[in-house]
Amino acid sequence: MAVYIHDTHIISPLGFGTRENFEAVVSGKTGIAPVFMNDSIGSVYAARINDEVLDRYFQSIDAMFKGSRIEKLLIAALTPVMAKNGIKENTVLVLSTTKGNIKALENHDLHSAFITQLAQHINNYFGFKTEPLVVSNACVSGVMALSVAKRFIETGGFSDAYVVAVDELSPFVVSGFQSFQAMSSEPCRPYDAQRSGVNLGEAAVAAYVSAENRPDGVLMAGEAHINDANHISGPSRTGEGLLLSIEKAFKEAGITARDIDYISAHGTATLFNDEMEAVAFHRAGIQQVPVNSLKGYFGHTLGASGLLETVLAAESLKNNMLVASLGYESPGTTQPLNIIMKPEKRLLKMVLKTASGFGGSNSAMVLIKN
Amino acid sequence: MYAINKFINIRKDAIFENGTCVYQNEDEGFSAFMKKVYKERGLAYPKFYKMDDLCKLAFMAADLLLEGDNEKDIALLLSNREASLDTDLKHQQTIQDAAAYFPSPSVFVYTLPNITIGEISIRHGLKSESAFFIADRFPAERMQQYAEYLLNSQKAQKVLCGWVHFMNGEYRADFYLVDSRGLLTHTMEHINEITK
Amino acid sequence: MEALKQELKERIIEVLNLEDITPSDIQDTDALFGDGLGLDSIDALELIVLLDKEYGIKLADPKQGKEIFQSVETMAAFIAENRTKL
Repeated sequence: MAVYIHDTHIISPLGFGTRENFEAVVSGKTGIAPVFMNDSIGSVYAARINDEVLDRYFQSIDAMFKGSRIEKLLIAALTPVMAKNGIKENTVLVLSTTKGNIKALENHDLHSAFITQLAQHINNYFGFKTEPLVVSNACVSGVMALSVAKRFIETGGFSDAYVVAVDELSPFVVSGFQSFQAMSSEPCRPYDAQRSGVNLGEAAVAAYVSAENRPDGVLMAGEAHINDANHISGPSRTGEGLLLSIEKAFKEAGITARDIDYISAHGTATLFNDEMEAVAFHRAGIQQVPVNSLKGYFGHTLGASGLLETVLAAESLKNNMLVASLGYESPGTTQPLNIIMKPEKRLLKMVLKTASGFGGSNSAMVLIKN
Repeated sequence: MYAINKFINIRKDAIFENGTCVYQNEDEGFSAFMKKVYKERGLAYPKFYKMDDLCKLAFMAADLLLEGDNEKDIALLLSNREASLDTDLKHQQTIQDAAAYFPSPSVFVYTLPNITIGEISIRHGLKSESAFFIADRFPAERMQQYAEYLLNSQKAQKVLCGWVHFMNGEYRADFYLVDSRGLLTHTMEHINEITK
Repeated sequence: MEALKQELKERIIEVLNLEDITPSDIQDTDALFGDGLGLDSIDALELIVLLDKEYGIKLADPKQGKEIFQSVETMAAFIAENRTKL
């Protein structure tokens, strides 16, 4: 059974709407700027959604709503997609997030920090008739959530699905990444020789997924999620898990390395992640394929990143337009890659999306234009 | 038709294998109980002591469940309600007070529930499919469907399904292995029985 | 200096959760990383936090850690020279 990604919506620092976000990245706009976090942390380069802009936008969605900011982000992402597709008896909400409403802990509100609370509120708000399905699997969650939706639809567990992903910029996460010495003190530079770490970001994304064959649908042709089984925070030096994920995704899609037109990679701009990806791509035989990371535009949006970047990869496919890998100037990995340096119109049919995350997780998904 | 090959239940007072008690807790706290079992099992894995409580629990349940199993393609599907909130609270404590702001990498690394999966993968050398789900109670029906999907599509040879809960000193783990043959058929009735 | 080294050994064991090791197991010049105590990347980051929290030393460049954390001996020498907390 073929399962497709149909309508989507993005809420990010670069705008509200998939089209708006895609046009922004094509024209090289970035959402990364100095952001003041709090007195302990000070300012860091990050991509933050402006609260006033968000609130103004949200007024037109639900002026009476009185929930948390993260709930607003999810509702804002899901509303337009829901309006076009509706809910059936067996439609499921699949939520991807790494930390959910973790900011509630700052106010000693443990109850609100439960991801189950967040999921239930959104599920109730839109009137889903099934229990929500929540994936919390580090930074591969967004791609994994799409896979989970696809797999359940294939087996008839659900008829269709709304896959949503969100994470907020928070002192909780920034402080943690700082303790890892993983943050860059400048705008991040994925794959670049001078790269020095991540910028964090936030976004909310929604995608409607079903087996219906619509002309604009993007097929999820193959996908896999294989662990490195190596280290809980550092990626495997040989890119083992990522390589296996890519190979298995190819196998399910019935394609080979030669068929891939573009890779939307993870590219967090840490020394180890980008190097690992380069090793894995070489081993998979896709080192010549044009590749980018979108982290230079949005920062690392954690649980949202997998879905955000997949949705934009689908836009590249539909528009036959390669987007530049912002922040890159010169090769910084021992095995060279074909990094996209400027936007380029090109006929695209098949895209590979990859992601990696803490805990040794990796994900790969093959997307094919209809 | 698939089967449940083996199941492990860890409770406050004891650890059970296929319903039979294999370790008794002599009224000790979680750390002491786990340390005792670790030593009795003769495990030589110092990384164990660096793990947070949720990972120690998952590690131990998997250690018992996978003992003697040489299969490397075992998918890991774990779940709970609280994600990593128990450790999240510890991290929050290290950053709450501006005057004593000392975030710790060895605490922060455990503020993701799927690290449980990572620790099990590393220990048993499992380069396999995995996912961590969050739900109010063990999502039996979805686990059953997902496990069978992985087996039917050959994306895994066996599937470890589990609920791993640790919050404020309260804990429980229910792990079972789905295989082509075993002592119980892989039905909702049996899954509910094991995880009740 | 001897007192500092002893204190360091105790603190290292505590913050790195080295359960089955006592201070007398760690020689002053034993390699902490690599073959010695077998510490890893997260441990190195944790030692950077230790320098700050207990001794008031903020490393300008985390890469300095490699030199400083070679052994208890090198750590103690660095701390004695740079500590801002007593």
